[in-house]
Amino acid sequence: MVERTPILNFFTHLILFAGFVFCVAPFVIVAIAASHNLKDVNDVPMSLLPGSDFWVNIKTAWTTADLGPKLLNSFIMAFGVAAGKVIISALTAFSIVYFRYPGRMLIFWLIFITLMLPLEVRIVPTYAVVANVLEPYQTIMDLTGLSWLIEKISGVQVQLSLGLLNSYSGLILPLIATATGTFLYRQFFLTVPDELTEAARMDGAGALRFFVDILLPLSRNNMAALGTIMFLWAWNQYLWPLLITTDQSHAMAVTELKQLIPNVGGAPEWHIAMAGTLIIMLPPMMVVVLMQRWFVRGLIATEK
Amino acid sequence: MEKRVTFGRWTIGILFAVPQLILIFTFFYWPAGQAVYWSLTLQQPWGGGNIWVGLDNFRSILANADYWNSITASMIFAGISTGLAMVIALVLAALTDRQLAGSWLYRVVLIWPYGIAAPALALAFRFILAPEAGFMAVVNKVWPGFWDPGLDGADAMASVIIAFSWKYVGYNFIFFLAALQAIPRSLIEAAAMDGSGVIRRFWDIQFPLITPTIFFLLVINITESFQDSFGIVDIMTAGGPANATNLMVYKIYSDGFKGLDYSGAAAQSIILMLLIVALTIVQFRFIERRVHYR
Repeated sequence: MVERTPILNFFTHLILFAGFVFCVAPFVIVAIAASHNLKDVNDVPMSLLPGSDFWVNIKTAWTTADLGPKLLNSFIMAFGVAAGKVIISALTAFSIVYFRYPGRMLIFWLIFITLMLPLEVRIVPTYAVVANVLEPYQTIMDLTGLSWLIEKISGVQVQLSLGLLNSYSGLILPLIATATGTFLYRQFFLTVPDELTEAARMDGAGALRFFVDILLPLSRNNMAALGTIMFLWAWNQYLWPLLITTDQSHAMAVTELKQLIPNVGGAPEWHIAMAGTLIIMLPPMMVVVLMQRWFVRGLIATEK
Repeated sequence: MEKRVTFGRWTIGILFAVPQLILIFTFFYWPAGQAVYWSLTLQQPWGGGNIWVGLDNFRSILANADYWNSITASMIFAGISTGLAMVIALVLAALTDRQLAGSWLYRVVLIWPYGIAAPALALAFRFILAPEAGFMAVVNKVWPGFWDPGLDGADAMASVIIAFSWKYVGYNFIFFLAALQAIPRSLIEAAAMDGSGVIRRFWDIQFPLITPTIFFLLVINITESFQDSFGIVDIMTAGGPANATNLMVYKIYSDGFKGLDYSGAAAQSIILMLLIVALTIVQFRFIERRVHYR
């Protein structure tokens, strides 16, 4: 505040408060609707006083959509993506920053380009790859005549096939295959003083030793920020799990939301739908609230 | 920027990059190449070989009124929701940056919507905007038939836009606030000493200084409106009524996986890829040069 502006301050508070209501109201409405019974939730206008059926509805939603295993699946997937990203990006960034080898810039650009095309736009062919992940290699061997050669020599016909549909690897790996974290680490590694590397080398540390004992501990903040962002991003994935998990035992919490939409012609069970929404919203909300510092930091750092 | 001190054994260096390279080859470059191949051939979904058809797939898509309808819907969606989400976020961020009492609360709360999965907030808004229960029902009681996203295309589009903008206000807010707080306080104070008011300071100092962020967010919001809209559309409207909200990614999904038209879906993917790449290039080439940097 630089000067006294009482009228403007009043409007500032007014507009900010309106923004606050705009952001919070949907959460509140969902929570209140989740506490009503079938009749009350369909009242026009719906009562804004909480009803008494909150826990009953939560329980019904939990069993209808079978949320227990689904939430567990979501957790496994989100942790897998976050951990995979944190580890693999660090390795790659280390390679790009701390080594000089032919083709280094090519690798840099190959990775950079992946930022431009999100999974959603190349969804159909990626699905085909996951249905048989070894297909690219099979095709390459067929085209180069390698499989013909192997067949001639050993008499074995090469048929590589490994389907990842309905598996955690099929869910997780394609989501890791982007450049998001690599550049975050790269920016950070570039700020690590050269003297540190020199000192480590003078003490006889090799590349691996330097990476594990010095660089990784220094990157703790980056890891926390990247991990938080990736966890949320993976938890909130929808289209990809919808395609990959045809089998209920691997379904995610977020894709289960569709089953909670009240059927046309059936009873409008909005109270159950809202209770389910609340359960599924909760884990990412907790991450945002508890890890806000890392969340904001990661968001700003990964995008720039 | 390059490191002066590096490690000599470059074979080890390449090994560190191998896991990432295998992943992006298998799950990025191969599928992207595959999409190009499919878009130029006609493929039977369950095998039976591919027939080379050149640009026929593109021709048939571009001659299809449904596809143009989908592009128009995507543009309307991208334009309005990006505009809404950015303007609201900028106003809220600029006011929060005035640091009046209680501004910490807004700094914490206004970020929340971005943490919610698009389909979850879509289901919440489907209830809030439902014509027979929820809150628009009250309006419908006063003016019967005023609001029905199940039948009226414009209402459906409005619902989808509201849900998307709600999420991205939080996202844009984070970036705007970070950009505003990076402006040195002394600059604002000096301008205040020279007698300029709050609004004058905003247009003459803060706004020009955050133009890089504005353009960055513009591109991100438009790109996200292409991809993150899928969950919202799928839960709220399923592309309907009468294709009014059949946005591009949703159409790729329904053509490819429900209609099993892989070639058509691949050709649509290529067009969408080109669109996004073009946007990214515009951001890097033209816009970044014209905006004001410190």
